[in-house]
Amino acid sequence: MMEAALRSVPLRRRGGVLPGYGLALGFTVLYLGLLVLLPLGALVLKASTLSWEGFVAAVTGPRALAAYRLSFGASLVGALVNALFGPVVAWVLARYDFPGKALLDALVDLPFALPTSVAGIALTAVYSQNGWLGQHLAKWGLQVAFAPAGVALALTFVGLPFVVRSVQPVLQDLDPHLEEAAAVLGAGRLRTVAWVVLPALFPALLTGFALSFARALGEYGSVVFISGNMPLRTEIVPLLIVTRLEQYDEAGATAIGVVMLGASFLLLLVINALQARALRGRKR
Amino acid sequence: MSVTVEHLTRRFPGGSHPAAEDVSFHAPAGAVTALLGPSGSGKTTVLRAIAGLEEADAGRVSICGEDCTRMPPQRRGVGFVFQGYALFEHLTVRGNVGFGLRVRGVSRKERDARVDELLELVQLQGYGERYPSQLSGGQRQRVAFARALATRPRVLLLDEPFAALDTRVRVELRAWLRELHEQTHVTTLLVTHDQEEALELAQQVVVMHEGRVRQVGTSLEVYDRPATPFVASFIGNANVLRGHVQGGRAALGGLTLDAPGGAPDGARVHAFVRPHEVRIARAVEEPSGAHAVISALTRVGDSVKLSLQLAGRDTLMVHMAHAELEALGLTQGERVAVGIRNARLFVEEHAG
Repeated sequence: MMEAALRSVPLRRRGGVLPGYGLALGFTVLYLGLLVLLPLGALVLKASTLSWEGFVAAVTGPRALAAYRLSFGASLVGALVNALFGPVVAWVLARYDFPGKALLDALVDLPFALPTSVAGIALTAVYSQNGWLGQHLAKWGLQVAFAPAGVALALTFVGLPFVVRSVQPVLQDLDPHLEEAAAVLGAGRLRTVAWVVLPALFPALLTGFALSFARALGEYGSVVFISGNMPLRTEIVPLLIVTRLEQYDEAGATAIGVVMLGASFLLLLVINALQARALRGRKR
Repeated sequence: MSVTVEHLTRRFPGGSHPAAEDVSFHAPAGAVTALLGPSGSGKTTVLRAIAGLEEADAGRVSICGEDCTRMPPQRRGVGFVFQGYALFEHLTVRGNVGFGLRVRGVSRKERDARVDELLELVQLQGYGERYPSQLSGGQRQRVAFARALATRPRVLLLDEPFAALDTRVRVELRAWLRELHEQTHVTTLLVTHDQEEALELAQQVVVMHEGRVRQVGTSLEVYDRPATPFVASFIGNANVLRGHVQGGRAALGGLTLDAPGGAPDGARVHAFVRPHEVRIARAVEEPSGAHAVISALTRVGDSVKLSLQLAGRDTLMVHMAHAELEALGLTQGERVAVGIRNARLFVEEHAG
């Protein structure tokens, strides 16, 4: 009797040895709700004022389709370029000591700090047809400013620090004995990098890639200057949304916004899943 | 499959003295040779130079008689076990053990067979598909051994292989390593600061201190006949007694011992006396000779540790069987007669 009574007393749920679980989780949900979910909810709500046909027409018009293609395409190119060269920069910063290293290190963060419109103006000045790089490229028939290539360039610029700063600390903390172990086992330098260093960096590289990609999708300031904003050719989705708003087509703008939202969220989910796969077995 | 190191010197930029200086020794084929010394004695530097992970500033390293001082680590045919395991976390146990074979282009089938063989050798059958993070420290270390042995190295180099493990696992793995060596007979160099580990595992011990070799000998030789005061104090516990020579005898705080041959009168000496090499008796039974008072007495299982206060201010630590003490009927505070069964004396100028 006594025992049964004792057993029926519900155990108070406790957050293990780490206190504050309930409070912290509650705060997190509230904070994210207010900051992220509320405006997104409003976005979806606004878009839903359109009829289904209206919504489909707004998000599948030729101008919208071209903008998606450019936005996702150029962002992907930018993130890929960064994923390729960012680790090289991170490697140099993590592995070598040389004069001016601190300066170079600070330079990497500049795209974070610079107002992106400034970056856009600067890039345009350099790459436009009479800019000091653009005029030489023009001789080869290459146009960067006011072309999709310019968009990709601007998006590469804004995304660079994400990859470098994700990879650099992992590279710095990488146990040098790993590479020595590979060398003693007979692996040359190239193979050691390919079989030991890169796999160790891969999860961080994926994070950097995802951040760079996400940042590029939302980028506006630097692109509007260099792209020329020609509908169907060099118009990115954020700009199209602004254009729609300027035409007082708020519902149309939010409809495109909802598509971007869905697509971005899906992509980030896929990248997170990839990352979980890459980390499989590494952590208990 | 022997290793010979001749006059090896390695300086690190900014270091006050060389990490290794004029180090020479020969590690015979098929045996375990321990490089023993306190941290900072240069033993790891020497091991890394043998593996090719550290460049020698001067001197020669030969493996099986072949000079490989300038050979890259990839071609030396050595296996290396790192203190912190250095396992590839993104690869399974199988992938780790097979790494060296994969580098050599061994076919998948052959590789699998060899990996299975090694997993059996290190008693990790059935763990092949696990990741290193899913293993205990002792298991991880055994994977590191298997990985190093997979390519049939000419020499196995072990850098403090058990230092990161707790005592119980360390003792287990030590016994396991003994068995492993009896099965493989691969020439092994073991770096350790743990004298017990060195004395138990190694047929030959190279004692290092401050970048230099202080003594090379069998484990019994370095224990029983230490060449320098450093070796005497580092290997095994020892009481240190200071005194001087008088008429061919060394007077040490009430004890007198034979002075080292040729030591002049008045020369300062110190003597190293191991705690189990002190003999005690009831003072009344040996009224002549040196006396002391038992100032402390600690029982540890079936043995006893005594602190003896000598006539001078020196104290002498003594270990003996508890039964022996009981037979003598001695307790704390009593006067005892002290005899030294064995001691090693060094004349002071000979410091090193």
